[in-house]
Amino acid sequence: MGGIGARLARIEDPPLLRGEGRFAADLNLPGQLHMRVVRAGIAHGVLRGVDLSAALALPGVVAAWTAAELEGIPPIGFRQMVVGGLLAYRQPVLARDRVRYVGEPVAVIFADDPYVAEDAEELVLAEIEPLPVLLSAADPPGDFDGTHGTESAVVVKAYGDLGAAFAAAAHVVEMDLSVGRHSGVPMETRGGLAEIEPGSGILRLHGAAKVPHANRNAIAAMLGLDPARIHLHEGHVGGGFGIRGELYPEDVLLCLGALRLGRPVKWIEDRREHLMAANHSRDQRHRIRAAVDAQGVVLGVEAEFWVDQGAYVRTHAVTVPDLAAAMLPGPYLFPAFRATAHQRLTNKTPAGTYRAPGRYESSFVRERLMDAVADRLGMDRVAVRRANLIPASAMPFDRGIDALGTPLVYDSGDYARLLDRLLAAVGYEALQAGLAARRQAGEMVGLGLAFFVEKSGLGPFDDVRIELDREGGAEVITGVASIGQGVETALAQILSDVLGLPPARIRVVHGQTDRIARGMGAFATRVTVMTGSAIAIAGARLRATLLARAAALLQRPAAALRLRDGEARAEDGSGAAIPLGALVAACLEGSDAARLVEEGSFQSGHMTYPYGIHMAVARVDAETSGVTLERIMVGYDIGRAVNPMLVEGQIVGGAAQGVGGALLEEFRYAEDGQPLSVTLADYLMPSCAEMPEVAVLITEDAPSRIGPLGVKGAGEGGTTAMGAAIAAAVDAALGGRVPIDALPITPARLHALRAAACPVA
Amino acid sequence: MKVAFTVNGAPREAEVEPRRTLADMLREECGLTGTHLGCEHGVCGACTVLLDGAPVRACLMFGVQAEGAAIRTVEGLAAPDGTLNALQRAFQAHHGLQCGFCTPGFLMLATWLLERPDKLDEDTMRHVLSSNICRCTGYQGILASVRAAAQELGRWAG
Ligand code: FES
Ligand code: FES
Repeated sequence: MGGIGARLARIEDPPLLRGEGRFAADLNLPGQLHMRVVRAGIAHGVLRGVDLSAALALPGVVAAWTAAELEGIPPIGFRQMVVGGLLAYRQPVLARDRVRYVGEPVAVIFADDPYVAEDAEELVLAEIEPLPVLLSAADPPGDFDGTHGTESAVVVKAYGDLGAAFAAAAHVVEMDLSVGRHSGVPMETRGGLAEIEPGSGILRLHGAAKVPHANRNAIAAMLGLDPARIHLHEGHVGGGFGIRGELYPEDVLLCLGALRLGRPVKWIEDRREHLMAANHSRDQRHRIRAAVDAQGVVLGVEAEFWVDQGAYVRTHAVTVPDLAAAMLPGPYLFPAFRATAHQRLTNKTPAGTYRAPGRYESSFVRERLMDAVADRLGMDRVAVRRANLIPASAMPFDRGIDALGTPLVYDSGDYARLLDRLLAAVGYEALQAGLAARRQAGEMVGLGLAFFVEKSGLGPFDDVRIELDREGGAEVITGVASIGQGVETALAQILSDVLGLPPARIRVVHGQTDRIARGMGAFATRVTVMTGSAIAIAGARLRATLLARAAALLQRPAAALRLRDGEARAEDGSGAAIPLGALVAACLEGSDAARLVEEGSFQSGHMTYPYGIHMAVARVDAETSGVTLERIMVGYDIGRAVNPMLVEGQIVGGAAQGVGGALLEEFRYAEDGQPLSVTLADYLMPSCAEMPEVAVLITEDAPSRIGPLGVKGAGEGGTTAMGAAIAAAVDAALGGRVPIDALPITPARLHALRAAACPVA
Repeated sequence: MKVAFTVNGAPREAEVEPRRTLADMLREECGLTGTHLGCEHGVCGACTVLLDGAPVRACLMFGVQAEGAAIRTVEGLAAPDGTLNALQRAFQAHHGLQCGFCTPGFLMLATWLLERPDKLDEDTMRHVLSSNICRCTGYQGILASVRAAAQELGRWAG
């Protein structure tokens, strides 16, 4: 009927298909002003002054501010993973006396018309005295503000006896690897509309996403408002991927504009701004070495890496280095381990999280290392992995370190079984034989495989309120957000399962701070696990109430009754049935309440850990060094799939983003710090011409031990080891003669590597 | 300047500045916000509409250039009572959308593909749809949707 496990078509689709979506740019209010942000055009410099007079003189311009008008408003703080010493690196809403990246907001303009606001921007003169730029986190740190250096934090994760591991090693394998700077780049740019509601005086910000409650509280604190007087509202959201919905300077400026100017204020980012102002991500350089015994068993791994944080530490604080370091060991035992992460500031756009943050990078590093270990020992690349996998008998497996502030304990998993199942599903031996024959015939084609462990379901809590009406409909009010991933359908399916109610009669409310007191939002692949569990809990209580009432009405024991197809009746189908609406009315007898309400909360101090394998077949063009992907195969164990169609959609979409980061996408900078990737013609994302068919094998071998449903999240596992698998495939295509140690593998880069590896006389 | 054109069959007039894009004119003057802007520089295709039967990037044209033209937008695909057409139904059945932001552009481009005199084949479909970008789906669902719609409408070659 559409409960858990059904490939149910999404309930959110029809309005989107009719062009009736309500995205931020689609919202308008009478009398609204349009905001335009003036951005620094120099990557690093002393801000001597900003002249707004010409802009203010333009007809239609209502106000223009610099940092001087924002006196007393603090910089933007941190939402998670705060460590000591970070405060100095927060981004001010408008630059005060230094600018630190091209695109940094230095002034803001409010005008009657968006075109006029843009005209006015061009009339603003910012006087900036250039300073030397720092563009690599692996370079020696420099000065940040005269008092602080550019190394904002060092994160260390370690366990076991590394000295003993290296002393016992038969081989030591060392590598220097890097992953380029790329990011989520959703198709909808950022934007919002702020208003002071006439009458109530409540400040409402429309166009919120991801973490509305956290941002409501943060904006209230920054502007000195009572949080009860401000509400954030999420409409349709055109893709999140981790970068949208964090608190940015523009959100604060929108609210401040509405408060001070007494008119609604709208802001829609343009694509050029987006590419230099919204969070970048990745951009890590790793040096890693492994101690290996004669059989290919890795005894210990030591890694040091540099995370290019860009110009400021944004809301995630040290989330990315924390996850990159903690999740680096992945599915392998690695009895001794030490990772040292240096988070360093440069004069590039500030960085944050992007789908599989930290794991895309460290999976690339770990899996390239495993390939190198195999190659060094002359072993098969799959066999080396088998020799190091954590056995199912060791689950739950406690690493003895933390990730995102929670103990890193893999709750369940049978890694070897997934490997067996995926190899069988793709016909691995025959596939490899076919590729070998093609290589023999002169083609450069090869297969790469990469293993990964993901995490999902970050707590600490999520609440839901379920309201049943007298017509037999249900409304589920959650504190999570939807960023286009199908949250409404998946959550409706979970409730449908408990109450026997068709999903079409269930309405899911999310992202509205005035509907529920608290909520964690949508990040870290947490929604299905956390909110889904809360729904299962509250739903079970409602079911008990309803069945008790039905038992009295039908004169049957409650245990003999079931809720199904929107009514209560005997399990064996005999006797009368009561429609849900009538049953709700009966429960409410004697009260004038319109709805039967139940609340539920789910708490968890642990994450749950899905896992998977990516495989890619790549062909290299001898002339152009261009890489063509022929096949992608993903095996992913999700514990239990609420809606396999949506899970596959997440995996395939995530895989495309992994492909982008592996072959195409890169924010490049000129030597003076000017960004070179500020249009979609320079920042290249995969189209359907670059994407091969993605075959997805979803398994449910290892249900989660966290929560009542057994589900693990699917949001990020399409992306995690895609870069690693593609690199391995290109490496195999070239017969192991060319070191593939950096992403993205662009034709120019690969051409240079090939030329260096086999110089033509 | 005054411009007269038809949108989804209905005559329209708008008073626009010469520099206003066709996309902005449709969105702001006509209230048809189904046409989305993902880049405003002609790369992503989110703004694709049909102008006199051919797909165009509405962000790259000025509103005044639409004088006398017949424009079709995503709002014209479903029946007046909101019933989805075959292509829209296929997108829902085959998970051809996630966030839905790119969807209007893909729907209009695919509408053009399905209305051409030649039946649609895999290569042509991939080639033409590769001019639009989707960041969510990895394209598999979009391709499956268009394929299924073409089959249902008897427009699939092979
Ligand atoms: S908005 Fe027109 S092509 Fe991107
Ligand atoms: S569905 Fe989100 S961009 Fe295509």
